[in-house]
Amino acid sequence: MPDLTRRDLLLRATALGCSAAASPLITPMAFASAPTENRLVVIILRGAMDGLDLVQPYGDPGLGAARAGFPIGPEGGASDLDGFFALHPGLSDLWPLWQAGDLGFAHAVSTPYRNQRSHFDGQDLLEAGTQAGTAGSSHEDGWLNRLVQTLPGARRDTALAVGTEEALILRGRAPSVAWSPASRLALSPATADLLSMVYHDDSLFRAAYDDAAFYSALLHGDFSGPDAGEDGMMAMAESLRDGGRTVTPRSLAGFAAERLRADARIASFSIGGWDTHRAQQQRMGGALRRLAEAISELRAGLGRDWDRTMVMAMTEFGRTVRINGSGGTDHGTGSALIMAGGALRGGQVFGDWPGLGEGDLFAGRDLMPTRDVRAYAAWAMAGLFGSERATLEEHVFPGLDLGDDPRIMA
Amino acid sequence: MTLAAPLAQIRFGTGLIPGQPASTVEAMLSDLAAADSVAASFPQDSYETRMAFARDFTRATRARRDSDAADEAFLTIRRQLYDDLTRQLTITLARGVADPSGLRDRLTWFWADHFTTVGKRNIMRGGIAAYVEEAIRPHVAGRFGDMLEAAILHPVMVLYLDQERSYGPNSVSGQRRGADLNENLAREFLELHTVGADGGYSQADVRQMAELLTGLGIGDAGLAFRPNNAEPGPETVMGRSYGGADPAALSEIRAALHDIALRPETARHISAKLADYFVSDTPDPDLLEAMQAAWRVTDGNLHAVMTALMTHPAAQVPGPGRVKRPLHLIASALRALDIPAEGIARAPARRIRRFVERPLAAMGAPWQGATGPDGYFDDDAEWIQPQVLAARIGWCMTTPAALRPRLPDPRIFVQDVLAGAAPPDLSRAAARAESRAEGIGLVFAAPAFQRS
Repeated sequence: MPDLTRRDLLLRATALGCSAAASPLITPMAFASAPTENRLVVIILRGAMDGLDLVQPYGDPGLGAARAGFPIGPEGGASDLDGFFALHPGLSDLWPLWQAGDLGFAHAVSTPYRNQRSHFDGQDLLEAGTQAGTAGSSHEDGWLNRLVQTLPGARRDTALAVGTEEALILRGRAPSVAWSPASRLALSPATADLLSMVYHDDSLFRAAYDDAAFYSALLHGDFSGPDAGEDGMMAMAESLRDGGRTVTPRSLAGFAAERLRADARIASFSIGGWDTHRAQQQRMGGALRRLAEAISELRAGLGRDWDRTMVMAMTEFGRTVRINGSGGTDHGTGSALIMAGGALRGGQVFGDWPGLGEGDLFAGRDLMPTRDVRAYAAWAMAGLFGSERATLEEHVFPGLDLGDDPRIMA
Repeated sequence: MTLAAPLAQIRFGTGLIPGQPASTVEAMLSDLAAADSVAASFPQDSYETRMAFARDFTRATRARRDSDAADEAFLTIRRQLYDDLTRQLTITLARGVADPSGLRDRLTWFWADHFTTVGKRNIMRGGIAAYVEEAIRPHVAGRFGDMLEAAILHPVMVLYLDQERSYGPNSVSGQRRGADLNENLAREFLELHTVGADGGYSQADVRQMAELLTGLGIGDAGLAFRPNNAEPGPETVMGRSYGGADPAALSEIRAALHDIALRPETARHISAKLADYFVSDTPDPDLLEAMQAAWRVTDGNLHAVMTALMTHPAAQVPGPGRVKRPLHLIASALRALDIPAEGIARAPARRIRRFVERPLAAMGAPWQGATGPDGYFDDDAEWIQPQVLAARIGWCMTTPAALRPRLPDPRIFVQDVLAGAAPPDLSRAAARAESRAEGIGLVFAAPAFQRS
């Protein structure tokens, strides 16, 4: 074969019975040395996650007063964290991580977004990582992309957006890879070869097709069996019929972990389902279980690299302190940040607690933010990648005051 | 000498329908100047209809906590909204398939993207198609200034770019509330809609433009002008003074929009974007000059600008050009498969979701869901990222067989849909495919069909 592509190499490796990552044939090309051994995963929780329900300040009398009817604290089934905060039972599968110091939270955090309480604008600002009033403009790039711009030796596959939506957080000048487990390319071997021929003279299509085939094979193990013909078409038809629906947070996390073990160092994906205007007790539990599955999957998939990993799950804003008339909560301001990974000095709830008394609330209704959520992300980047303070305050998060080191790194 | 009709219809329209004669460049341009009969055959929602619906929707949303029945009513009207959004896509697609050449649809899609709006709140979620229908489509062969006015002053745009929250700091309302400008619309107006990012304006011009636009708001009947929100005094934008009447008037904003529409920077920015969309991402300077000259001579008549583009020698070079946007790809594939537009218009929402709406999202162009006011991707490389190319290939391989009981012979099909200009490798691949479905899929997935 005159023109060896990564796919060709991969096919040969598979035919030889090697796993893709272990194959000496493809290691030099596909998995050249990454700029760092540390890893950062950012999970965007879309819909405004209720931090007060996730990490319940049951030691604050204001909580019980505002939320009579919600189960609260250890008496309501939550796990006591430190005598003041308790963890919603939806994350109980992560309890061993908390005990091992691999799970922690920062409370009363927010972006600079205030008062408007629109999911879309709030998410734009969270992903842009800029000051309020600037997000959503057309040439905005995302803060993870700006981070990648500062990493020496970063390559196209250093940063990965997982999922089918465009990820603003990774949009920008630095190249990155976007892939979803739903983007499966299930072709019969013969059709795959014919497509290679058809794409051969168009360099744009050829390069993208090689990458698509590479990721698809890596994730889905396609192009392998001799009988893949009919099966391939069936699988393709199935994945098309299912649209994006079969993609779960667990599958997104599993794919992210696989790439992070190989050549990716930064990954981001989203989990929705947090907009609990009503029936919060059921909906919050379900959303948290999906988040727990995703974090568990990351930990399992990352293996020993978990020790060099920081996972941060953040949301656009929090929810009202008081319960509304339909067993839910409405759009608020301060929320909580979830952190996990072996790189975390966990087992604690970080942050200054503003209190839930009458005069303590933001606009008389929301948890008052006491720290910018970007400061935690910035300190994590300083710890993981050695990013300088000036770089973080001027380039990655322009306008941010990093403040004191919250000492979140292990 | 213009392109042969079939190649012209591939480049400037929505592609060939086997067995039907293709339009020449001249025929396309004369159709474009004539009445829009396709729109009449496939009517789209009006803004009034959507406003009435939005009021019902808001009522149902507020009432949903009252009782189980009210909650059920809310769920019903929400399903109706989703069905309406899908139906708007269905109509948009059916028109692109029904039109003899598809030029008017390509232009409508271009301008809807140029003046992108996204549904953030109730009123707007169902209103985007009406906005395109009322502010964009009637003007694609008219004066740019008229389209600019219709788009910028449409309630959907005013709401999308937060103009109704903008107060002149020295206006009556601004003083009373201590409120200030919101620069969102003003900035995008200069950067995206008119003179362009390299149009030579400063932050001070953005600020002045924002002051000029104060007063635009939304009332029950649509656009409202609120003199109490308007910054007093004239504003100077890029060296020219606008407004200053007391009390402030909407007509001052209109006059400014029409003046900026005629600026050479606007002509240059828009001409380059149109040439980029239809011909090449590195367009011939002489082509751009011809388009700008047409703009100058006709005061921004877009039919004249398109004539300059479509008849220029640089636009006649045969061979695969720009990558088709996802809706264009799907419309051209449905035409190639000879799926009748009437059948598309009658298709149930669930089929449109499965074969069109979800695939559009997977290809990077979620229906009415651009990520920002700059619209969908611009670069071919973005449209052909691995992940979205996989979605294109998947659609091409599986959808044709699901839509047509008996697929054509790929060996003949490959010549029919590419006007006999199929590259030899593609003809060979189509002939060697393991099944008809895969043969058709290869043709659709090939650069020769993916590009126009």
